[in-house]
Amino acid sequence: MYKLMIVDDSNIIRNRIQRAYDSGNFMLVATAISGVQAIEKFNIHRPDVITMDLTMPEMDGLECIEKIIAIDPEVRILVVSALSDKSTGIEALSLGASGFLCKPFSEEELVESLYELMQD
Amino acid sequence: MKEKKLQIFLSIISNYFNQFGKDELIADTPYLLENKQPRVHDYTGVIGISGVQKGVVYFSATHHLLSAILQSMGETDKSEEIYMDLAGEVANTIAGNARKEFGGEFHISVPFVFKGSPQSIVLPSEGRSFIIPITWQSKVGEIVVCLQD
Repeated sequence: MYKLMIVDDSNIIRNRIQRAYDSGNFMLVATAISGVQAIEKFNIHRPDVITMDLTMPEMDGLECIEKIIAIDPEVRILVVSALSDKSTGIEALSLGASGFLCKPFSEEELVESLYELMQD
Repeated sequence: MKEKKLQIFLSIISNYFNQFGKDELIADTPYLLENKQPRVHDYTGVIGISGVQKGVVYFSATHHLLSAILQSMGETDKSEEIYMDLAGEVANTIAGNARKEFGGEFHISVPFVFKGSPQSIVLPSEGRSFIIPITWQSKVGEIVVCLQD
């Protein structure tokens, strides 16, 4: 069972991911609405996998990825963002993210992306 | 603003509604409106644009349109907060997806969301905006694009 944390400032997206993930293989341990809160909760719950929005107040997702990877380089981070340009995807991956899912996404695409993330 | 840019936003908003897999989005003919009279419906999510382009992109929708989207998402929370959040999230998705065409220097802000008429200035006082009226499941909304060429 993989421990999952959802980071997104949107209630809609957090709720959507919570409804979609496979509870047989993933266990939700925390949600966060900003990069700052994500780091606090990461240190408490130590999730195995994180879904990470990029455009957030206080601290954006790219900075958050960098800080979390510095704490634990093994954690798997799936970026879930509307920022669909190639350069943002490359930057996220170079900072340590393991995958990128562009909004809007279907629930099937999310589940598939989470599985791919854990199989790499 | 050139027709090609407008086409980008039309394509993005169509793609957004395609995720629900039913009921095609109808986008009416876009038109220009003076910024002094910004048009809004019940809920509006505004994204500020900076970098290679400057301006504003906003999504405004009736309560009915947002209800239909929430239902298609399987969202059971029908609180005021969720409606506000959805208006911001749709605006964020439209502006964020535009970076695929405009590139990483098309910087977008976090959404600013309001209900009813705006309490502060939404659009630059000078100039005009393109209004793209949309209808989905017989419910209406619009995307407003005000970008400096």
